[in-house]
Amino acid sequence: MDFKKIADGIWEAPPTAKKGMLVPARIYATDELFKEMDQGVFEQVTNVACLPGIQKYALCMPDGHWGYGFPIGGVAAMDTATGVISPGGIGFDINCGMRFLRTNLTEAEVKPKLRELVDQLFYAIPCGVGTKGPLRLKEDEFREVMVQGARGVIRRGYGWPEDAERIENSGCIPGADPAKVSAKATSRGINQLGTLGSGNHYLEIQVIYPGNIYDLDVARTLGVDREFQVVVMFHSGSRGFGHQVGTDYLEIFGRAMKRYGITVLDRELACAPFSSPEGQDYFKAMVCAANSAFANRQVITHRIREVFSDIFKRDARDLGLEIIYDVCHNIAKIERYRVDGQEKELLVHRKGATRSFPPGHPELAERYRAIGQPVIIGGSMETGSYLLIGTDKAMEDSFGSTAHGSGRTMSRTAARKKVHGRDLLQRMEQKGIYVRAASLSGVAEEAGMAYKDISAVVDAVEKLGISKKVVRLQPIGNIKG
Amino acid sequence: MSYRYLEEVAIADVAFEAEGRTLSEVFEASALALTETMVDLDGLSPVQSRQISLTAEDLETLLFRWLAELIYLKDSACLLFGRFEISIREATEWELQATVWGDLIDYEKMSLRMDVKAVTYHLFALEQTPQGWRARIVLDI
Repeated sequence: MDFKKIADGIWEAPPTAKKGMLVPARIYATDELFKEMDQGVFEQVTNVACLPGIQKYALCMPDGHWGYGFPIGGVAAMDTATGVISPGGIGFDINCGMRFLRTNLTEAEVKPKLRELVDQLFYAIPCGVGTKGPLRLKEDEFREVMVQGARGVIRRGYGWPEDAERIENSGCIPGADPAKVSAKATSRGINQLGTLGSGNHYLEIQVIYPGNIYDLDVARTLGVDREFQVVVMFHSGSRGFGHQVGTDYLEIFGRAMKRYGITVLDRELACAPFSSPEGQDYFKAMVCAANSAFANRQVITHRIREVFSDIFKRDARDLGLEIIYDVCHNIAKIERYRVDGQEKELLVHRKGATRSFPPGHPELAERYRAIGQPVIIGGSMETGSYLLIGTDKAMEDSFGSTAHGSGRTMSRTAARKKVHGRDLLQRMEQKGIYVRAASLSGVAEEAGMAYKDISAVVDAVEKLGISKKVVRLQPIGNIKG
Repeated sequence: MSYRYLEEVAIADVAFEAEGRTLSEVFEASALALTETMVDLDGLSPVQSRQISLTAEDLETLLFRWLAELIYLKDSACLLFGRFEISIREATEWELQATVWGDLIDYEKMSLRMDVKAVTYHLFALEQTPQGWRARIVLDI
């Protein structure tokens, strides 16, 4: 594929690179990360550049890799009046995202109780295949959660009133309509709130080690400014509910495309005009799933507070277990950007990409207005993660988006052949990381060697200016779905 | 009937190729490849059964719906299936009737692996070969 370096960290294929491309395709990556990218990324980002109504360019972030439909790391903004919405640009795990909590505890206080803490979290937060959460909601109550998001469970006692404003969109995206959700999706997800899931979903106890605070002012404002401070990060989404919404609409869109005369280069890019009945129905159902994902992460947050409180015999408030932020990285959002000198309303698809709004952005809660939106980038289970902050440059260059993780470089099967789960757990324990996992083969698939270097990804987005490093977090305890 | 996992396709997910002499066999092989992604088949007993009836306008959609149904039952009923009796026929639409046997998900009894979120249409194929039928599927993990 014909990608040329057009500036430091920016690679571009012109619209002539593939038949049907409407805009250029861009990959944001350092020379090293670009070289590591698989052929799937090049194919998929140029396929995305063919979607009707796409603005400026199809984008892939430095953690990009081969997905289905869009590449993981893909960002595409469509004109809401003339463009399409594509479930393949969001993923089946609608509003898969990251949540990050602080504590007042230090590594020295946590280390003696680490095993007990991780073991108890492992039992309190069900993970793996086909698990049920602690809530038993009736169907009408679950529909309330689809509309209310995090607040729908906070008012049932799963959280603190101030939690909601510390979540992207205050934990509730407007526009949900449960009538657009199938009975199957409801019955598949109704018992799964408060479950972690599987694959690359995890929960980590992390530490801020000396030398890992890059922006002390922002870190202080967010309350993550102390060396050896313990924090908690986790990765989860909308579970079976979102997966079923995605499955239902993939079929509906496959049929709708014929009616609208749209053809795509990959059936997973099935799409419909955003303004069409099918496009609007999917958006309303997608918002239901996104809101249920906020609620899922909220129930998990509540369980984390209960477990910490139990282990340390102190109230969770006294332990300072506050939410720093919660980001969506599989989502489509209506946002406003300047395109060719004009402000436009766009539908921004982010599939494995994080919103990165700058200081002063009107959509940010008061608490974040002065500093910008926290960006949570989760690494592999061995290497650590980062907290960053949004920038003005992201609004100019990447539709307010940045990377979401470290990005795979090796297939699951290949990783399993290279390392045994039990050996990996031992190696991690020698490094001081205690792991509890639902599946040993799953652990092997998530080995650090199967991923890109997270620091290289974060340095790439910082060099591009689309987000800025605040703190690096390193794991001492991990729960693997 | 056989299946094999494809190593360097859709690296974050799981891709497989399934083959069978008949349509029923390729549907069965695909279902086994799906279940084996989630659990060690050796520890899965055929103690519970379910009837599945599906229709679709074409065979590819029927295969998609078949696997999607098994994934749906994994979350809604917490059931995984390892034994299948499938009959497929063409009437006004394609029709599938199946009895499936398996067990409730139980971490004490089974060696569970990765959860499958969905069947994808990425690189999806169902084609006739000189030996019968071949399917290629990418599962979202």
